Amino acid sequence: MTATLQFQAGPAPAVGTARRGRTSTVASLMRRPSFVVAAGFLVFLVVVAALAPLIAPHDPSAQVLEDRLKGPSWSHLLGTDDLGRDVLSRLVYAARLALLAPLISVSVAILLGVPAGLWAGLRRGWVDAVTGRLSDTLLSLPGLAFALAVVAVLGPGLFNAMVAMGIVFAPSLYRVVRGATLAVAEESYIESARAIGCSTRRIIWVHVLPNIAAPFLVQVTILMGVALLAEASLSFLGLGVQPPDSSWGSMLEVAYQNQYDAPLAVLPAGTALVLTVLSFNTVGDAIRDTVARRRDS
Amino acid sequence: MNGSVVLRRIGGGVLVLWLVSLLTFALIQLLPGDAAQAIAGENATQADVDRIRHELGFDLPVIEQYFRWFSNVVTGDFGTSLYSGRPVTELIFEAAPATLSLTVMAIVIAVLVGVTAGIAAAIRQGGWLDRTITSLATFGIAMPSFWVLMLLLLPFAVLNRWLPATGYAPMSDGLWPWLSHILLPATALGLASAAELARHARGCAADVLARPYIRTARARGATGAWLIRRHVLRNAAIPVITVLGLHVGRLLGGSIVIESVAGISGLGTLAIQAILQRDYTTIQGYVLFSAIIVVLVNLVVDLLYGWINPKVRA
Repeated sequence: MTATLQFQAGPAPAVGTARRGRTSTVASLMRRPSFVVAAGFLVFLVVVAALAPLIAPHDPSAQVLEDRLKGPSWSHLLGTDDLGRDVLSRLVYAARLALLAPLISVSVAILLGVPAGLWAGLRRGWVDAVTGRLSDTLLSLPGLAFALAVVAVLGPGLFNAMVAMGIVFAPSLYRVVRGATLAVAEESYIESARAIGCSTRRIIWVHVLPNIAAPFLVQVTILMGVALLAEASLSFLGLGVQPPDSSWGSMLEVAYQNQYDAPLAVLPAGTALVLTVLSFNTVGDAIRDTVARRRDS
Repeated sequence: MNGSVVLRRIGGGVLVLWLVSLLTFALIQLLPGDAAQAIAGENATQADVDRIRHELGFDLPVIEQYFRWFSNVVTGDFGTSLYSGRPVTELIFEAAPATLSLTVMAIVIAVLVGVTAGIAAAIRQGGWLDRTITSLATFGIAMPSFWVLMLLLLPFAVLNRWLPATGYAPMSDGLWPWLSHILLPATALGLASAAELARHARGCAADVLARPYIRTARARGATGAWLIRRHVLRNAAIPVITVLGLHVGRLLGGSIVIESVAGISGLGTLAIQAILQRDYTTIQGYVLFSAIIVVLVNLVVDLLYGWINPKVRA
């Protein structure tokens, strides 16, 4: 949601109809119940993350060892973990990482993938060939395996792992941006713009970027979900977030270690993960469907 | 598909593998500070560090190091493990069968469940079955596979002891020991792919069923089963193969976490141990081996395309 607004705040498109077209895309998105619920959940998550100290009922790292692995009660709504820490408070604080970690990966992917995609789409030729091969190479690396290798070299830590995931994600943004740019570059108005002496920079800002915004946003929201799942996997393996910080993935690791004593402890963090990834995917799908429908009509 | 296209695809694959080899080689060069010092650890003596530097050839120019390493890799020699001193190739071949069983089984489950569900949804378009399958697929894509495995282990292995919770038995121990160990992990690993396949298969089948020739065939008295076999399955094969090609890397990556939850010692376990032991040659070998599998599978996918769909035979 915020991403949509930011993108619109960029330079105004030269053609008035384009701007009207996009505001009504937002309007038709708001008419989709699934989009409203999913975007609402993400906004809720941002609020929870921002106000974590006010919302969390307990200190997330306060240990009460006599209250280990307790089920839900009035003082601990989601129970306690193996060190007697309040699960709800930990869940609330971990919402910060659940948003921050994917943001790191996706930012890296945008920084690498978008300029390369624009460059390849506009210049073609050898630029396209070289960036295309690089993108194929990164695509043939299993993302998690590459992140593991980077973590092995730079040391365990969330930031390194998420940057590595961002590098692996770059090709999917590169492909989307390159494809959309190629399509736009074929249009006759780009040729006209060049003929009247527009600089490449102006062509990119005024003509190309507004036209690739939709496929770009779809890919970004979906990557946010994929990055969150990757973060959870790495933290579950102990190679992502390091104590005393915790993420939903590392909470699941604790729950897994104690699955025989507290079998249902895997539910809170797992549910939070699923709902968040689901919301990212639903927002992405809704943007895709809305744009596709508008194009058809 | 004619010979030159096949050759070009293979050439592209080889080029990508060469770039991957550059990348994995560069990773070790990226070790912060002195690589030999990092490998030897903080308490190593200067003599140890010098010995490691010489053994790994770090005292040679980078280009020469790369050529030495690369010419070994081409002959299947991925170097020796810095931790155990055993050949990395040997470690990989020991670990690979468990991981490959897991991923292949995950693919089988994904195709069976995903394609069946997708086609069923397309036949009953708009009905409750369609809505159920579509929403389940949406959830399936969003679920972390290792969490799914924990949820599956709860009823089948933790609360009841119907299936073993951890471990792996090779197929040489018998079909049931192998299957009972691998069934839950493979289901968890394949679920996300099944969900995505269901979406694609539904779209594709719905597309085919709306074609005029289906109505003609129905009018001729063709039964549902025949239509599915003759028209729907054949057309659904292309998106299914595309998705599988894209998913191989994801499944191999996902198997790292699944192996850790299921206590299976495969490639993922090897990689994690190597990271904890700072065994860089093993990590290099693991990344390169995974990339080789992904490139090979995608090459096969590319060639299958041309075989199934004459339209792309260029």
